[in-house]
Amino acid sequence: MQDDLAIRARGLRRSFGDLRAVDGIDLDVPRGMIFAILGPNGAGKTTLLRMLATLTRPDAGTAQVMGHDLAEHPERVRAAIAMTGQFASLDEDLTGRENLVMLARLWGFGWRAAKARAGELLAAFDLAEAAKKQVKDYSGGMRRRLDIAASLIVTPGVLFLDEPTTGLDPSARAGVWRLIRGLSAEGVTILLTTQYLEEADQLAGRIAVIDHGRKIAEGTSRELKAQTGSGVLHVTPLDPGNRAIALGILGETAQADPEGARLSVPVTDDAEAAAHLARLSEAGIRLVEFSLGAPSLDEVFFALTGKEAA
Amino acid sequence: MSIPLPRGPRPAAPSPASTALTFAWRAVLKFRHVPEQLFDLVMTPIMFTLLFTFIFGGALAGSSTAYLQWFIPGILVQTTVFNTVYSGMGLSTDLSKGLFDRFRSLPIWSLAPFAGLMVGDMLRHSIAGAIILGIGLALGYRPEAGLTGILASFALLLAIGFGWGWIFIVLGLVVRTPMTVMTLGFAVLFPVTFASNIMVDPVTMPGWLQAFVAVNPVSLMTTAMRALMAGTATLGEIGLALLGPAILTALLAPLTLALYRRR
Repeated sequence: MQDDLAIRARGLRRSFGDLRAVDGIDLDVPRGMIFAILGPNGAGKTTLLRMLATLTRPDAGTAQVMGHDLAEHPERVRAAIAMTGQFASLDEDLTGRENLVMLARLWGFGWRAAKARAGELLAAFDLAEAAKKQVKDYSGGMRRRLDIAASLIVTPGVLFLDEPTTGLDPSARAGVWRLIRGLSAEGVTILLTTQYLEEADQLAGRIAVIDHGRKIAEGTSRELKAQTGSGVLHVTPLDPGNRAIALGILGETAQADPEGARLSVPVTDDAEAAAHLARLSEAGIRLVEFSLGAPSLDEVFFALTGKEAA
Repeated sequence: MSIPLPRGPRPAAPSPASTALTFAWRAVLKFRHVPEQLFDLVMTPIMFTLLFTFIFGGALAGSSTAYLQWFIPGILVQTTVFNTVYSGMGLSTDLSKGLFDRFRSLPIWSLAPFAGLMVGDMLRHSIAGAIILGIGLALGYRPEAGLTGILASFALLLAIGFGWGWIFIVLGLVVRTPMTVMTLGFAVLFPVTFASNIMVDPVTMPGWLQAFVAVNPVSLMTTAMRALMAGTATLGEIGLALLGPAILTALLAPLTLALYRRR
Protein backbone atom coordinates (compact mmCIF):
# COMPACT_ATOMS: atom_id res chain seq x y z
CA MET A 1 0.00 0.00 0.00
CA GLN A 2 1.45 3.34 -1.04
CA ASP A 3 0.43 5.70 1.68
CA ASP A 4 1.36 8.87 -0.15
CA LEU A 5 -1.29 8.29 -2.82
CA ALA A 6 -4.83 9.53 -2.35
CA ILE A 7 -5.99 7.67 -5.46
CA ARG A 8 -4.39 4.75 -7.22
CA ALA A 9 -6.30 3.38 -10.22
CA ARG A 10 -5.23 0.65 -12.62
CA GLY A 11 -6.89 -0.24 -15.90
CA LEU A 12 -10.31 1.28 -15.14
CA ARG A 13 -12.82 0.53 -17.85
CA ARG A 14 -16.50 1.24 -18.32
CA SER A 15 -18.68 0.90 -21.40
CA PHE A 16 -22.23 2.06 -22.00
CA GLY A 17 -23.54 -0.22 -24.74
CA ASP A 18 -21.05 0.11 -27.60
CA LEU A 19 -19.49 3.26 -26.25
CA ARG A 20 -16.23 2.74 -24.37
CA ALA A 21 -16.54 5.73 -22.07
CA VAL A 22 -13.42 4.89 -20.08
CA ASP A 23 -11.06 2.53 -21.85
CA GLY A 24 -8.29 1.48 -19.50
CA ILE A 25 -7.08 4.40 -17.40
CA ASP A 26 -4.30 4.35 -14.78
CA LEU A 27 -4.14 7.23 -12.35
CA ASP A 28 -1.88 8.08 -9.40
CA VAL A 29 -3.01 11.11 -7.45
CA PRO A 30 -0.64 12.12 -4.62
CA ARG A 31 -2.19 13.22 -1.33
CA GLY A 32 -2.71 16.94 -0.88
CA MET A 33 -2.49 17.76 -4.60
CA ILE A 34 -4.88 19.47 -6.97
CA PHE A 35 -5.04 17.05 -9.89
CA ALA A 36 -6.86 18.00 -13.08
CA ILE A 37 -8.37 15.71 -15.69
CA LEU A 38 -8.45 17.71 -18.89
CA GLY A 39 -10.45 16.67 -21.91
CA PRO A 40 -13.21 17.65 -24.34
CA ASN A 41 -16.90 16.84 -23.88
CA GLY A 42 -17.51 13.12 -24.00
CA ALA A 43 -13.88 12.17 -23.31
CA GLY A 44 -14.93 10.07 -20.31
CA LYS A 45 -14.00 12.53 -17.54
CA THR A 46 -17.31 12.32 -15.69
CA THR A 47 -17.49 8.52 -15.93
CA LEU A 48 -13.96 8.26 -14.53
CA LEU A 49 -14.86 10.54 -11.63
CA ARG A 50 -18.13 8.74 -10.93
CA MET A 51 -16.33 5.38 -10.81
CA LEU A 52 -13.82 6.71 -8.29
CA ALA A 53 -16.68 8.15 -6.23
CA THR A 54 -18.48 4.73 -6.13
CA LEU A 55 -21.41 6.07 -8.19
CA THR A 56 -20.73 3.99 -11.32
CA ARG A 57 -19.34 0.47 -11.27
CA PRO A 58 -16.21 -0.19 -13.35
CA ASP A 59 -16.46 -3.07 -15.84
CA ALA A 60 -12.80 -3.84 -15.18
CA GLY A 61 -9.83 -2.47 -13.31
CA THR A 62 -9.07 -1.71 -9.69
CA ALA A 63 -8.71 1.42 -7.63
CA GLN A 64 -7.90 2.44 -4.09
CA VAL A 65 -9.15 5.75 -2.75
CA MET A 66 -7.48 6.95 0.47
CA GLY A 67 -6.23 3.39 0.91
CA HIS A 68 -9.67 1.76 0.57
CA ASP A 69 -10.46 -0.59 -2.27
CA LEU A 70 -13.29 0.60 -4.48
CA ALA A 71 -14.81 -2.85 -5.04
CA GLU A 72 -14.24 -4.34 -1.58
CA HIS A 73 -15.09 -1.41 0.68
CA PRO A 74 -17.19 1.12 -1.23
CA GLU A 75 -18.69 2.30 2.07
CA ARG A 76 -15.23 3.19 3.40
CA VAL A 77 -14.45 5.03 0.18
CA ARG A 78 -17.72 6.93 0.54
CA ALA A 79 -16.79 7.95 4.07
CA ALA A 80 -13.45 9.33 2.83
CA ILE A 81 -14.64 11.38 -0.16
CA ALA A 82 -17.04 14.08 -1.19
CA MET A 83 -18.33 14.64 -4.71
CA THR A 84 -19.67 17.76 -6.34
CA GLY A 85 -21.30 16.78 -9.61
CA GLN A 86 -21.53 18.74 -12.81
CA PHE A 87 -25.07 19.92 -12.07
CA ALA A 88 -25.84 21.35 -8.67
CA SER A 89 -26.96 18.38 -6.62
CA LEU A 90 -29.21 20.35 -4.32
CA ASP A 91 -32.89 20.43 -3.50
CA GLU A 92 -34.07 23.49 -5.42
CA ASP A 93 -37.25 23.87 -3.37
CA LEU A 94 -35.37 24.11 -0.08
CA THR A 95 -33.36 27.09 1.14
CA GLY A 96 -29.57 27.05 1.19
CA ARG A 97 -29.57 26.60 4.95
CA GLU A 98 -32.10 23.75 4.83
CA ASN A 99 -30.03 21.90 2.23
CA LEU A 100 -26.95 22.04 4.45
CA VAL A 101 -28.85 21.12 7.63
CA MET A 102 -30.39 18.13 5.85
CA LEU A 103 -26.99 16.87 4.66
CA ALA A 104 -25.38 17.46 8.07
CA ARG A 105 -28.19 15.39 9.62
CA LEU A 106 -27.49 12.63 7.08
CA TRP A 107 -23.83 12.71 8.13
CA GLY A 108 -24.97 12.01 11.69
CA PHE A 109 -24.99 15.47 13.27
CA GLY A 110 -27.68 16.20 15.87
CA TRP A 111 -30.16 18.95 14.99
CA ARG A 112 -28.33 21.62 16.97
CA ALA A 113 -24.89 20.65 15.65
CA ALA A 114 -26.27 20.40 12.10
CA LYS A 115 -27.62 23.95 12.30
CA ALA A 116 -24.33 25.23 13.69
CA ARG A 117 -22.33 23.53 10.91
CA ALA A 118 -24.69 24.90 8.24
CA GLY A 119 -24.25 28.40 9.70
CA GLU A 120 -20.44 28.13 9.63
CA LEU A 121 -20.36 26.98 6.03
CA LEU A 122 -22.85 29.61 4.85
CA ALA A 123 -20.73 32.34 6.43
CA ALA A 124 -17.47 30.98 5.01
CA PHE A 125 -18.92 30.67 1.51
CA ASP A 126 -20.39 34.15 1.56
CA LEU A 127 -23.95 32.83 1.47
CA ALA A 128 -25.17 34.02 4.87
CA GLU A 129 -27.47 36.61 3.32
CA ALA A 130 -29.00 34.10 0.90
CA ALA A 131 -29.35 31.40 3.58
CA LYS A 132 -33.13 31.76 3.73
CA LYS A 133 -33.71 31.95 -0.01
CA GLN A 134 -34.82 28.92 -1.98
CA VAL A 135 -31.97 27.49 -4.06
CA LYS A 136 -34.01 27.91 -7.25
CA ASP A 137 -33.55 31.68 -6.82
CA TYR A 138 -29.73 31.43 -6.55
CA SER A 139 -27.37 32.64 -9.27
CA GLY A 140 -25.06 30.14 -10.97
CA GLY A 141 -22.08 31.17 -8.85
CA MET A 142 -24.05 30.99 -5.57
CA ARG A 143 -25.36 27.56 -6.48
CA ARG A 144 -21.87 26.29 -7.22
CA ARG A 145 -20.59 27.67 -3.90
CA LEU A 146 -23.44 26.04 -2.00
CA ASP A 147 -22.83 22.81 -3.88
CA ILE A 148 -19.18 22.81 -2.85
CA ALA A 149 -20.13 23.77 0.73
CA ALA A 150 -22.48 20.76 0.74
CA SER A 151 -19.45 18.56 0.02
CA LEU A 152 -17.59 19.94 3.05
CA ILE A 153 -20.01 19.10 5.88
CA VAL A 154 -17.25 16.83 7.16
CA THR A 155 -13.65 17.21 6.00
CA PRO A 156 -13.21 14.87 3.03
CA GLY A 157 -9.91 13.17 2.27
CA VAL A 158 -10.54 13.63 -1.44
CA LEU A 159 -12.89 16.14 -3.01
CA PHE A 160 -14.12 15.33 -6.52
CA LEU A 161 -15.20 18.35 -8.55
CA ASP A 162 -16.79 17.66 -11.93
CA GLU A 163 -16.32 20.72 -14.14
CA PRO A 164 -16.56 23.13 -11.22
CA THR A 165 -16.64 26.30 -13.33
CA THR A 166 -18.50 25.28 -16.50
CA GLY A 167 -21.19 27.83 -17.19
CA LEU A 168 -19.93 30.42 -14.67
CA ASP A 169 -19.14 34.03 -15.50
CA PRO A 170 -15.49 35.14 -15.06
CA SER A 171 -15.92 36.63 -11.59
CA ALA A 172 -17.80 33.59 -10.27
CA ARG A 173 -15.10 31.41 -11.83
CA ALA A 174 -12.38 33.36 -10.03
CA GLY A 175 -14.33 32.89 -6.77
CA VAL A 176 -14.48 29.11 -7.24
CA TRP A 177 -10.76 29.02 -8.08
CA ARG A 178 -9.97 30.88 -4.83
CA LEU A 179 -12.10 28.38 -2.99
CA ILE A 180 -10.31 25.39 -4.54
CA ARG A 181 -6.90 26.84 -3.69
CA GLY A 182 -8.05 27.53 -0.12
CA LEU A 183 -9.21 23.92 0.30
CA SER A 184 -5.95 22.63 -1.10
CA ALA A 185 -4.03 24.83 1.34
CA GLU A 186 -5.99 23.08 4.13
CA GLY A 187 -4.64 19.75 2.90
CA VAL A 188 -7.67 18.42 0.99
CA THR A 189 -6.76 16.37 -2.08
CA ILE A 190 -8.75 17.62 -5.05
CA LEU A 191 -9.46 15.76 -8.27
CA LEU A 192 -11.23 18.00 -10.75
CA THR A 193 -12.27 17.67 -14.36
CA THR A 194 -12.22 20.56 -16.78
CA GLN A 195 -12.48 21.44 -20.45
CA TYR A 196 -10.38 24.54 -19.94
CA LEU A 197 -6.64 24.32 -20.32
CA GLU A 198 -6.30 27.59 -18.48
CA GLU A 199 -8.15 26.22 -15.45
CA ALA A 200 -5.93 23.14 -15.27
CA ASP A 201 -2.88 25.34 -15.77
CA GLN A 202 -3.91 27.79 -13.04
CA LEU A 203 -4.92 25.28 -10.40
CA ALA A 204 -3.43 21.86 -10.86
CA GLY A 205 -0.12 20.41 -9.70
CA ARG A 206 -0.56 17.63 -12.27
CA ILE A 207 -2.73 17.28 -15.32
CA ALA A 208 -3.92 14.14 -17.10
CA VAL A 209 -5.21 14.73 -20.62
CA ILE A 210 -7.83 12.22 -21.69
CA ASP A 211 -9.58 11.62 -24.99
CA HIS A 212 -11.93 8.84 -26.09
CA GLY A 213 -11.64 7.17 -22.70
CA ARG A 214 -7.84 6.96 -22.80
CA LYS A 215 -5.14 8.96 -21.12
CA ILE A 216 -3.04 10.55 -23.86
CA ALA A 217 -0.67 12.60 -21.73
CA GLU A 218 0.12 13.34 -18.14
CA GLY A 219 2.47 15.65 -16.36
CA THR A 220 2.88 19.02 -14.73
CA SER A 221 1.64 22.02 -16.63
CA ARG A 222 5.27 22.80 -17.54
CA GLU A 223 5.90 19.30 -18.87
CA LEU A 224 2.78 19.38 -21.02
CA LYS A 225 3.67 22.77 -22.40
CA ALA A 226 7.09 21.46 -23.34
CA GLN A 227 5.23 19.01 -25.57
CA THR A 228 2.61 21.37 -26.88
CA GLY A 229 4.35 24.74 -26.92
CA SER A 230 3.46 27.34 -24.35
CA GLY A 231 1.56 29.52 -26.74
CA VAL A 232 0.06 29.82 -30.16
CA LEU A 233 0.66 32.39 -32.85
CA HIS A 234 -2.45 33.21 -34.88
CA VAL A 235 -2.07 34.97 -38.22
CA THR A 236 -4.61 35.97 -40.85
CA PRO A 237 -3.14 36.70 -44.37
CA LEU A 238 -4.54 39.75 -46.12
CA ASP A 239 -4.96 37.76 -49.34
CA PRO A 240 -6.77 34.47 -48.64
CA GLY A 241 -5.04 33.06 -51.70
CA ASN A 242 -1.76 33.16 -49.75
CA ARG A 243 -3.01 30.78 -47.05
CA ALA A 244 -1.35 27.68 -48.48
CA ILE A 245 1.99 29.42 -48.96
CA ALA A 246 1.85 30.86 -45.44
CA LEU A 247 1.02 27.44 -44.02
CA GLY A 248 4.14 26.06 -45.73
CA ILE A 249 6.31 28.81 -44.28
CA LEU A 250 4.99 28.25 -40.74
CA GLY A 251 5.96 24.59 -40.84
CA GLU A 252 4.48 21.17 -40.13
CA THR A 253 2.93 22.06 -36.79
CA ALA A 254 0.81 24.82 -38.29
CA GLN A 255 -2.94 24.38 -38.62
CA ALA A 256 -5.50 26.16 -40.76
CA ASP A 257 -8.74 27.19 -39.09
CA PRO A 258 -11.49 25.12 -40.76
CA GLU A 259 -13.62 28.25 -41.10
CA GLY A 260 -12.17 31.62 -41.93
CA ALA A 261 -8.70 32.47 -43.02
CA ARG A 262 -6.83 32.17 -39.72
CA LEU A 263 -3.70 30.03 -39.33
CA SER A 264 -2.23 28.89 -36.01
CA VAL A 265 1.17 27.56 -35.06
CA PRO A 266 2.42 26.53 -31.61
CA VAL A 267 5.42 28.53 -30.39
CA THR A 268 7.58 28.24 -27.28
CA ASP A 269 8.11 31.96 -26.77
CA ASP A 270 7.73 35.46 -28.24
CA ALA A 271 11.08 35.22 -30.07
CA GLU A 272 9.90 32.20 -32.04
CA ALA A 273 6.66 34.05 -32.84
CA ALA A 274 8.66 37.05 -34.07
CA ALA A 275 10.79 34.78 -36.25
CA HIS A 276 7.64 33.35 -37.89
CA LEU A 277 6.31 36.85 -38.55
CA ALA A 278 9.66 37.91 -40.04
CA ARG A 279 9.68 34.96 -42.44
CA LEU A 280 6.12 35.71 -43.58
CA SER A 281 7.09 39.31 -44.16
CA GLU A 282 10.19 38.29 -46.18
CA ALA A 283 7.95 36.13 -48.39
CA GLY A 284 5.81 39.20 -49.03
CA ILE A 285 2.74 37.87 -47.25
CA ARG A 286 0.87 40.79 -45.71
CA LEU A 287 -1.24 40.10 -42.63
CA VAL A 288 -4.50 41.72 -41.53
CA GLU A 289 -4.21 40.33 -38.01
CA PHE A 290 -1.78 38.49 -35.78
CA SER A 291 -1.87 37.55 -32.11
CA LEU A 292 -0.01 35.46 -29.57
CA GLY A 293 -2.16 33.48 -27.15
CA ALA A 294 -2.30 30.47 -24.88
CA PRO A 295 -3.04 27.29 -26.80
CA SER A 296 -6.68 26.26 -26.78
CA LEU A 297 -7.70 22.76 -25.80
CA ASP A 298 -8.06 21.99 -29.50
CA GLU A 299 -4.50 23.04 -30.15
CA VAL A 300 -3.17 21.01 -27.22
CA PHE A 301 -4.99 18.01 -28.62
CA PHE A 302 -3.60 18.64 -32.05
CA ALA A 303 -0.09 18.87 -30.63
CA LEU A 304 -0.54 15.69 -28.55
CA THR A 305 -2.44 13.50 -30.98
CA GLY A 306 -2.03 15.12 -34.36
CA LYS A 307 -5.80 15.23 -34.78
CA GLU A 308 -8.67 17.48 -33.83
CA ALA A 309 -10.31 17.07 -30.42
CA ALA A 310 -13.45 14.94 -30.57
CA MET B 1 -11.02 33.08 2.52
CA SER B 2 -10.86 30.63 5.37
CA ILE B 3 -12.97 27.53 5.19
CA PRO B 4 -13.89 25.89 8.47
CA LEU B 5 -12.79 22.27 8.09
CA PRO B 6 -13.30 20.31 11.29
CA ARG B 7 -10.34 18.12 12.22
CA GLY B 8 -11.87 16.22 15.11
CA PRO B 9 -13.66 12.88 14.88
CA ARG B 10 -16.77 12.81 12.71
CA PRO B 11 -20.17 12.16 14.20
CA ALA B 12 -21.22 8.51 14.22
CA ALA B 13 -23.29 7.43 11.22
CA PRO B 14 -26.99 8.17 11.81
CA SER B 15 -29.45 5.36 12.56
CA PRO B 16 -31.93 4.40 9.82
CA ALA B 17 -34.69 5.95 11.95
CA SER B 18 -32.89 9.26 12.28
CA THR B 19 -32.16 9.23 8.54
CA ALA B 20 -35.82 8.59 7.73
CA LEU B 21 -36.77 11.41 10.10
CA THR B 22 -34.47 13.78 8.21
CA PHE B 23 -36.08 12.82 4.90
CA ALA B 24 -39.51 13.32 6.47
CA TRP B 25 -38.41 16.79 7.56
CA ARG B 26 -37.46 17.47 3.95
CA ALA B 27 -40.97 16.43 2.86
CA VAL B 28 -42.53 18.81 5.42
CA LEU B 29 -40.29 21.65 4.21
CA LYS B 30 -41.48 20.97 0.68
CA PHE B 31 -45.07 21.44 1.79
CA ARG B 32 -44.07 24.74 3.35
CA HIS B 33 -42.09 26.03 0.36
CA VAL B 34 -44.31 24.59 -2.38
CA PRO B 35 -47.81 24.73 -0.89
CA GLU B 36 -49.31 24.52 -4.38
CA GLN B 37 -48.38 20.80 -4.51
CA LEU B 38 -51.21 20.27 -2.02
CA PHE B 39 -53.53 21.77 -4.58
CA ASP B 40 -52.38 19.20 -7.16
CA LEU B 41 -52.96 16.41 -4.68
CA VAL B 42 -56.56 17.23 -3.72
CA MET B 43 -57.97 19.26 -6.61
CA THR B 44 -58.98 16.27 -8.74
CA PRO B 45 -60.50 14.21 -5.89
CA ILE B 46 -62.44 17.25 -4.65
CA MET B 47 -63.81 17.83 -8.14
CA PHE B 48 -64.70 14.15 -8.45
CA THR B 49 -66.44 14.17 -5.08
CA LEU B 50 -68.56 17.20 -5.94
CA LEU B 51 -69.38 16.11 -9.52
CA PHE B 52 -70.24 12.53 -8.71
CA THR B 53 -72.17 13.35 -5.56
CA PHE B 54 -74.35 16.12 -6.95
CA ILE B 55 -74.61 15.20 -10.63
CA PHE B 56 -74.67 11.39 -10.66
CA GLY B 57 -75.31 10.70 -6.97
CA GLY B 58 -79.08 10.97 -7.10
CA ALA B 59 -79.35 8.81 -10.21
CA LEU B 60 -76.89 6.22 -8.94
CA ALA B 61 -77.93 5.84 -5.31
CA GLY B 62 -81.31 7.56 -4.97
CA SER B 63 -79.93 10.64 -3.25
CA SER B 64 -76.72 12.61 -2.97
CA THR B 65 -76.38 11.76 0.72
CA ALA B 66 -76.78 8.04 0.10
CA TYR B 67 -74.19 8.23 -2.68
CA LEU B 68 -71.69 9.99 -0.37
CA GLN B 69 -71.80 6.98 1.97
CA TRP B 70 -70.84 4.79 -0.99
CA PHE B 71 -68.35 7.10 -2.63
CA ILE B 72 -66.15 8.64 0.12
CA PRO B 73 -64.24 5.43 1.10
CA GLY B 74 -63.64 4.77 -2.61
CA ILE B 75 -62.45 8.27 -3.47
CA LEU B 76 -60.01 8.03 -0.54
CA VAL B 77 -58.51 4.92 -2.16
CA GLN B 78 -58.40 6.64 -5.55
CA THR B 79 -56.75 9.76 -4.08
CA THR B 80 -54.07 7.69 -2.38
CA VAL B 81 -53.37 5.53 -5.43
CA PHE B 82 -53.16 8.60 -7.71
CA ASN B 83 -50.92 10.44 -5.28
CA THR B 84 -48.33 7.66 -5.39
CA VAL B 85 -47.56 8.99 -8.88
CA TYR B 86 -46.14 12.14 -7.30
CA SER B 87 -43.48 10.28 -5.35
CA GLY B 88 -42.28 8.71 -8.60
CA MET B 89 -42.19 12.18 -10.17
CA GLY B 90 -40.29 13.54 -7.18
CA LEU B 91 -37.80 10.69 -7.40
CA SER B 92 -37.34 11.25 -11.12
CA THR B 93 -36.70 14.95 -10.45
CA ASP B 94 -34.14 14.18 -7.74
CA LEU B 95 -32.38 11.75 -10.04
CA SER B 96 -32.26 14.18 -12.95
CA LYS B 97 -30.91 16.94 -10.69
CA GLY B 98 -28.16 14.72 -9.30
CA LEU B 99 -29.44 15.04 -5.74
CA PHE B 100 -29.64 11.26 -5.44
CA ASP B 101 -25.98 11.01 -6.39
CA ARG B 102 -25.20 13.07 -3.35
CA PHE B 103 -27.37 10.84 -1.16
CA ARG B 104 -25.71 7.78 -2.68
CA SER B 105 -22.21 9.05 -2.01
CA LEU B 106 -23.08 9.49 1.69
CA PRO B 107 -22.20 6.62 4.01
CA ILE B 108 -25.86 5.94 4.88
CA TRP B 109 -28.13 2.90 4.61
CA SER B 110 -28.65 2.53 0.88
CA LEU B 111 -32.43 2.20 1.07
CA ALA B 112 -32.68 5.26 3.32
CA PRO B 113 -33.50 7.75 0.54
CA PHE B 114 -36.42 5.52 -0.49
CA ALA B 115 -37.53 5.07 3.10
CA GLY B 116 -37.42 8.86 3.24
CA LEU B 117 -39.58 9.17 0.13
CA MET B 118 -42.04 6.74 1.70
CA VAL B 119 -42.23 8.73 4.93
CA GLY B 120 -42.93 11.84 2.88
CA ASP B 121 -45.59 9.91 0.97
CA MET B 122 -47.32 8.77 4.15
CA LEU B 123 -47.49 12.40 5.18
CA ARG B 124 -48.92 13.38 1.81
CA HIS B 125 -51.48 10.59 1.89
CA SER B 126 -52.56 11.56 5.42
CA ILE B 127 -52.96 15.23 4.56
CA ALA B 128 -54.78 14.60 1.27
CA GLY B 129 -56.99 11.94 2.92
CA ALA B 130 -57.85 14.27 5.80
CA ILE B 131 -58.87 17.04 3.39
CA ILE B 132 -61.10 14.72 1.34
CA LEU B 133 -62.64 13.19 4.45
CA GLY B 134 -63.21 16.68 5.87
CA ILE B 135 -65.10 17.72 2.74
CA GLY B 136 -67.08 14.47 2.86
CA LEU B 137 -68.03 15.10 6.48
CA ALA B 138 -69.04 18.66 5.66
CA LEU B 139 -71.27 17.39 2.83
CA GLY B 140 -72.97 14.90 5.16
CA TYR B 141 -70.87 11.72 5.05
CA ARG B 142 -71.18 9.81 8.33
CA PRO B 143 -68.97 6.72 8.92
CA GLU B 144 -71.00 4.27 11.03
CA ALA B 145 -67.94 3.15 13.01
CA GLY B 146 -67.11 6.76 13.91
CA LEU B 147 -63.58 7.75 14.87
CA THR B 148 -62.43 4.11 15.22
CA GLY B 149 -63.56 3.49 11.65
CA ILE B 150 -61.72 6.55 10.41
CA LEU B 151 -58.47 5.63 12.17
CA ALA B 152 -58.62 1.99 11.02
CA SER B 153 -59.42 2.94 7.43
CA PHE B 154 -56.61 5.52 7.37
CA ALA B 155 -54.17 2.86 8.58
CA LEU B 156 -55.28 0.70 5.63
CA LEU B 157 -54.96 3.72 3.35
CA LEU B 158 -51.32 4.19 4.36
CA ALA B 159 -50.60 0.50 3.74
CA ILE B 160 -52.16 0.87 0.28
CA GLY B 161 -50.07 3.96 -0.39
CA PHE B 162 -46.93 2.17 0.77
CA GLY B 163 -47.50 -0.83 -1.50
CA TRP B 164 -48.52 1.12 -4.61
CA GLY B 165 -45.74 3.62 -4.03
CA TRP B 166 -43.18 1.01 -5.17
CA ILE B 167 -44.67 0.96 -8.68
CA PHE B 168 -43.81 4.59 -9.19
CA ILE B 169 -40.49 4.41 -7.40
CA VAL B 170 -39.48 1.74 -9.91
CA LEU B 171 -40.88 3.84 -12.79
CA GLY B 172 -39.06 6.87 -11.40
CA LEU B 173 -35.80 4.91 -11.48
CA VAL B 174 -36.34 3.63 -15.01
CA VAL B 175 -38.06 6.52 -16.80
CA ARG B 176 -36.00 9.55 -17.68
CA THR B 177 -38.33 12.50 -17.15
CA PRO B 178 -40.86 13.33 -14.43
CA MET B 179 -43.52 14.18 -17.04
CA THR B 180 -43.28 10.70 -18.58
CA VAL B 181 -43.69 9.15 -15.13
CA MET B 182 -46.91 11.13 -14.72
CA THR B 183 -48.28 10.30 -18.17
CA LEU B 184 -47.51 6.59 -17.77
CA GLY B 185 -48.93 6.60 -14.26
CA PHE B 186 -52.23 8.15 -15.25
CA ALA B 187 -52.51 5.90 -18.31
CA VAL B 188 -52.49 2.91 -15.96
CA LEU B 189 -54.37 4.37 -13.03
CA PHE B 190 -57.38 5.82 -14.84
CA PRO B 191 -58.64 2.49 -16.22
CA VAL B 192 -57.75 0.61 -13.04
CA THR B 193 -59.65 3.02 -10.78
CA PHE B 194 -62.66 3.43 -13.08
CA ALA B 195 -63.02 -0.31 -13.75
CA SER B 196 -63.54 -0.85 -10.04
CA ASN B 197 -66.33 -0.47 -7.49
CA ILE B 198 -65.22 3.05 -6.47
CA MET B 199 -67.88 5.03 -8.39
CA VAL B 200 -70.64 2.53 -9.01
CA ASP B 201 -71.84 -0.90 -7.96
CA PRO B 202 -70.56 -3.20 -10.73
CA VAL B 203 -73.87 -5.17 -11.06
CA THR B 204 -74.88 -3.26 -14.20
CA MET B 205 -71.51 -3.82 -15.94
CA PRO B 206 -71.09 -6.51 -18.63
CA GLY B 207 -70.02 -9.91 -17.26
CA TRP B 208 -66.42 -9.82 -18.49
CA LEU B 209 -65.91 -6.44 -16.87
CA GLN B 210 -67.55 -7.61 -13.62
CA ALA B 211 -65.07 -10.48 -13.56
CA PHE B 212 -62.21 -7.96 -13.79
CA VAL B 213 -63.73 -5.59 -11.24
CA ALA B 214 -64.11 -8.45 -8.77
CA VAL B 215 -60.38 -9.21 -8.76
CA ASN B 216 -59.15 -5.64 -9.31
CA PRO B 217 -56.99 -4.82 -6.26
CA VAL B 218 -58.54 -1.33 -6.24
CA SER B 219 -62.00 -2.91 -5.69
CA LEU B 220 -60.68 -5.16 -2.91
CA MET B 221 -59.14 -2.17 -1.18
CA THR B 222 -62.32 -0.12 -1.59
CA THR B 223 -64.50 -2.91 -0.19
CA ALA B 224 -62.30 -3.15 2.90
CA MET B 225 -62.30 0.65 3.32
CA ARG B 226 -66.11 0.72 3.26
CA ALA B 227 -66.28 -2.15 5.74
CA LEU B 228 -63.81 -0.47 8.10
CA MET B 229 -65.74 2.81 7.99
CA ALA B 230 -68.97 0.88 8.61
CA GLY B 231 -67.45 -1.23 11.40
CA THR B 232 -68.29 -4.51 9.63
CA ALA B 233 -64.84 -5.44 8.32
CA THR B 234 -63.84 -9.10 8.39
CA LEU B 235 -60.25 -10.33 8.54
CA GLY B 236 -60.80 -11.83 5.08
CA GLU B 237 -61.72 -8.46 3.58
CA ILE B 238 -58.74 -6.75 5.14
CA GLY B 239 -56.44 -9.59 4.09
CA LEU B 240 -57.61 -9.35 0.46
CA ALA B 241 -57.13 -5.58 0.50
CA LEU B 242 -53.58 -5.95 1.80
CA LEU B 243 -52.70 -8.70 -0.65
CA GLY B 244 -51.96 -6.29 -3.53
CA PRO B 245 -49.74 -3.93 -1.51
CA ALA B 246 -47.94 -6.91 0.09
CA ILE B 247 -47.19 -8.56 -3.25
CA LEU B 248 -46.07 -5.23 -4.75
CA THR B 249 -43.72 -4.61 -1.83
CA ALA B 250 -42.28 -8.13 -1.92
CA LEU B 251 -41.58 -7.89 -5.66
CA LEU B 252 -40.66 -4.27 -6.16
CA ALA B 253 -38.62 -3.39 -3.05
CA PRO B 254 -35.79 -5.78 -4.04
CA LEU B 255 -36.11 -4.63 -7.67
CA THR B 256 -35.79 -1.00 -6.51
CA LEU B 257 -32.59 -1.84 -4.67
CA ALA B 258 -31.18 -3.75 -7.65
CA LEU B 259 -32.01 -0.92 -10.09
CA TYR B 260 -30.57 1.66 -7.72
CA ARG B 261 -27.32 -0.23 -7.22
CA ARG B 262 -26.97 -0.94 -10.94
CA ARG B 263 -26.96 2.73 -11.92
